[in-house]
Amino acid sequence: MLKILKYSFYDLIRSRWSYVYFLFYLALGFVLLFLNNDVSKAVITLMNVIIVLVPLIGTIFGVMYYYNSREFTELLLAQPIRRTSIFLGQYFGVAGSLALSLVLGLGIPFVIYGLFRSDAIFDFTLLLVTGAFLTLIFTALSFNIALSNENKIKGFGYAVLLWLFMAVIYDGLFLMSLIVFEEYPLDTFSLIATMLNPIDLSRTLILLKLDISALLGYTGAVFKDFFGTNKGLFISLIMLVLWTVIPVWRLVSKAKAKDF
Amino acid sequence: MQSKHKLTFILLFVILSFANAKTIQVCADCEVNTIKKGIALAADFDTLLIKKGTYNEFNIRVNKPLTIIGENYPIIDGKDQGEIITVVSDNVTIDGLFIINVGTSYTEDYAAIRVVKSKNFLIQNVVLEKLFFGIYLEKSSYGRVYHNKIIGDAVEEFNSGNGIQLWYSKHIEVEQNIVQHVRDGIYLEFSDDILIKNNSSTNNVRYGLHFMFSNNDIYENNVFENNGSGVAVMFSKEIVMRNNTFRKNWGSASFGMLLKEINDAEITGNTFEENTVGISIEGSNRIKYLNNNFLNNGWALKVRGACYGNTFSANNFLHNSFDVSYNSKLNDNIFKGNYWSKYTGYDLDKDGTGDVPYRPVKLFSYIVNRTPETIVLLRSLFMDIIDFSEKVSPVFTPDKLLDATPLMKQIQ
Amino acid sequence: MIQIDNLCKRFGKNEVLRNLDLTIEPKGIVAILGPNGSGKTTLIKSILGMVIPNQGTITISGENIRNKWKYLRDIEYLPQIANFPNNLKVRELIRMIKDLHQQPSKEEKLIALFGLEPFLDKKLSTLSGGTKQKVNIVMTFMFDGPLIILDEPTTGLDPAALIQLKQLIQEEKSNGKTILVTSHIMQFVEEVADEVVYLLEGKIYFKGSIDQLKKMTNQTNVEHAIAAIASENVHA
Repeated sequence: MLKILKYSFYDLIRSRWSYVYFLFYLALGFVLLFLNNDVSKAVITLMNVIIVLVPLIGTIFGVMYYYNSREFTELLLAQPIRRTSIFLGQYFGVAGSLALSLVLGLGIPFVIYGLFRSDAIFDFTLLLVTGAFLTLIFTALSFNIALSNENKIKGFGYAVLLWLFMAVIYDGLFLMSLIVFEEYPLDTFSLIATMLNPIDLSRTLILLKLDISALLGYTGAVFKDFFGTNKGLFISLIMLVLWTVIPVWRLVSKAKAKDF
Repeated sequence: MQSKHKLTFILLFVILSFANAKTIQVCADCEVNTIKKGIALAADFDTLLIKKGTYNEFNIRVNKPLTIIGENYPIIDGKDQGEIITVVSDNVTIDGLFIINVGTSYTEDYAAIRVVKSKNFLIQNVVLEKLFFGIYLEKSSYGRVYHNKIIGDAVEEFNSGNGIQLWYSKHIEVEQNIVQHVRDGIYLEFSDDILIKNNSSTNNVRYGLHFMFSNNDIYENNVFENNGSGVAVMFSKEIVMRNNTFRKNWGSASFGMLLKEINDAEITGNTFEENTVGISIEGSNRIKYLNNNFLNNGWALKVRGACYGNTFSANNFLHNSFDVSYNSKLNDNIFKGNYWSKYTGYDLDKDGTGDVPYRPVKLFSYIVNRTPETIVLLRSLFMDIIDFSEKVSPVFTPDKLLDATPLMKQIQ
Repeated sequence: MIQIDNLCKRFGKNEVLRNLDLTIEPKGIVAILGPNGSGKTTLIKSILGMVIPNQGTITISGENIRNKWKYLRDIEYLPQIANFPNNLKVRELIRMIKDLHQQPSKEEKLIALFGLEPFLDKKLSTLSGGTKQKVNIVMTFMFDGPLIILDEPTTGLDPAALIQLKQLIQEEKSNGKTILVTSHIMQFVEEVADEVVYLLEGKIYFKGSIDQLKKMTNQTNVEHAIAAIASENVHA
C-alpha cells in the first residue's frame, strides 16, 4: 500500500491541480493576514472557507482522480499487489496531497505572519485539523460514489449533489425541523443531527472555540454538558474519526467485490 | 464636596491623635488580651494596636471614635457565632485585620464588619475569609473602603451574603478591593453618590456588582470576571460607568452587564469580552454608549422591551457571534460611526466610513431568539445565505436599524 | 496451466460467461477469439482476478486464484487500452512497475528493440498512441513470468513494431511460456497461434488448432472461417 500511496502522491504532487489548490490557499492565507492584520478575523474567515470549500474540493478532486486513473488502476490490478492496497494507496494519495496542500498553503502565511506568537494558535491548529479531516472524509465519500458509478457524468453529479446536500440542504432541513418542532425539547435531537453531517460536525468543533459564549447562552442541560465541558470536543473528534473510518471501510469492501 | 470632608476628617484626626491620644496594645500575653477589653479601656481617639495572634471574639462593638490597627494581620476568629465587628460611632478606622468565620444565619445578615449610622470611617487592608456578609455599610456616609480582600466560599445564592454591601449610604468610596466567591461582589441599595473604583470582583455566585435604586453613582476601572452574571444595574438614574472590564460571564442567563429601567446613564470606554451577552438592555432610555469594546461575546447587545433614545457611537464590535439582537421590529435607537468586524462594505470615497450601511441585526439572531436550539447552526452556509437575503430585503428585522456610517478601521 | 470450471459471470442482467469450462495446457500460444461482447475480455480479466466471477473456479498452476494476488507475479498482462498516469515519465513508470514487481527484469533490451530511448524522459501524456503501446509492450515483456496474456497487442503499432512484437512472442514461446492472446486481426492470429478458442455468447464454441477450424468450416482462410461461424450461428 505504501508504494501505491507513494506513486499516487507523487503523481498528484506534480499535477497542476495540486499546485492550483496549494497556491489558492497560500494566496488566501496571505491576503487574509496581510490585508486584515488581524489573526482572529482571518481565522474566522478561513473557517467559513474551510467548511464549505474543503469538502467541495475533496469531493470533486476525489471523483476526478478516480475516473482519470481508471486505466492506471487496471494496470495496477494486473500487478501482484493486494487490491485493498491499490485503493487505499490511491485514496490516501489523493486525500494526503490535498490535506498537505491545505496545511502548507495556509500554514506558511500564518507562520510567516507570526502565528506562534499569537494566541490564535490553538484555534488555527484546530482549523487545520478539521480541514484535514474534512478532506479525508469527503475524498473517501467521493471514492465511494465513483466506485459505485461507472458513468462519469453520473458520478460527478452525485458527488456535487452530495456536497450540496451536506453543505446547504441538510442545514435547511435541520432548521426547518427545529422550527416545526420547537415546542418539544430539541437539544438532544439537534446534537445528534449535528453529528450526522461531517460539515456540521466540523463547524461545531470550531464553534466550540470561537462562539462558546453564545453556545452557553442556551439553557438545555444536554447542551451545557456538551459545550460546557471537554465532552463536546471529545465526542466531535471521535465522530470525525468515525466519519473517516466508515467510508474508508466501505471503500475497501466495495473495491474487493468490484469488477474492472 | 466629598474630598473636602475627607480632608477635614484627616486633619482633625491627626491633630487629635498628636494632642492627647494614647495607644493601647492588645496581645495574648498582654494585660489587655482581648479586643473587647481594649475598646472598653480606650478613650475617644485612642489607637488600639493589635499584635499578631488569634482572638476568638465576636460581637465586638466599636462605640467610640477609635483607630484599630492590626500588626502582621492578627486573626479574629468569630467561630461562626455571629457578627464580628459592629461600628456604631463616627470617626472609626479599622486597618490590617484578618477576620474569619462569620456566622451564617437565615434571619440576620451577620457581617464581618458592619458600620451603622456612622460617618467618616475608614476600613482598609482588611482580609476577610469564611464569611457571610463582608463589609456592610448601613445608613452611613462619608467613608472609605480601601484595599481589602474578601474571599468567600459561596456556592448557592440563598445561603450566602454579599462582599461589600451599601444600604442607604451616601458619599462612600469603594476602592482597590478584591472580592471573590461571595453572592454579590459589591451591592448597592438606595445608595447615592458612591464612587467605586479599581476593584476586582470575580467568581461570585450572582453579580460582580449590583445596583438597586441607587442614583448618581460612578464606577470605573473595575474588573468583573467570571461571575454568575457580571453587573446588574437596576432601577437607577444617572450612573456613570467608565473603563470597566467585563469578562467571561458565561451561562444561560448570563451577561456582562444588565441594564434594567436605567435612565440617563453614560457608558464609556468599557470592555466586554467573552460574555454570553455583553450588555442586556431592558427598558432603559437616553443612555450614551461611547468608545466601548465588545469582543468575542455571544451577543454584544441584547435589546429587550422598550428602549428609547439610546445612542451607540464609536464602539468596536469585534468577532461577536451576534452583534445586536432585538426582540421587536421597533427601533428608536441610533447607531452611528461604530466599527463592526463583520462589515464587508467598501469605502470608495476614502472618508474612513463605509459607503453602504451596516445592519447589525441578523435574521439568524431572530431565529435563535425564537428557537434557541438553532444556535447549533451558527456560521453554517445555509444561515449565511438566509442572512444575506434578509440583509437585501429586511422582513423580520427592524429595517431602520442600521449604522449608516460604519467605520473602516477599528478604534484604538 | 489454467483450469477453468463452470465459470459464470453476469453484469446486471447481462450474462457474459455461462458455465464456461476451459483448460489451457502449458506451453504454446492460444488465441481467444470471438465477436464483440462474446466475453473475451471478461474471461481474461477473470483469470487476472480483475473481474470476480459469480460462480465457478479458476485454477492456475494448481492454485485456486479466488481472493489471491501473489499468483499475479507469474503473469505478464498487456491491457487493451494503455493509459498511464499522465504526470509520470516513461522511465518513472517502468521503475515503478519494477518496484511493484520486485522481480528481475530486462527492460533495457526491450527499450532498445522498440527504439524508446528518446522518450524515456517524456511524460506519458505527451506520447502518441503507438508509442504508448510500445511502452505497454515493454512493461509486459520485461519480466519473466511463465504465463503471458496479451489483450489486443497490435493496436496502434506500425509494421516495424508489429514484426518486432511477433518476434518477441515467438521468442517467449520458444522459452517455453504459455501465451494467451486476443485479437481481431486474423492474419496476426493465423501467424502466431497454435491453438484457437472461439467464444460465443459466453461459451466455448470451438477449441482446436487453426487447421481444425478451417476444416470444420470448409474454408481456406481463417478470416472467412471465423465469419462462417458467426453467420452460421446467426442463421441457426
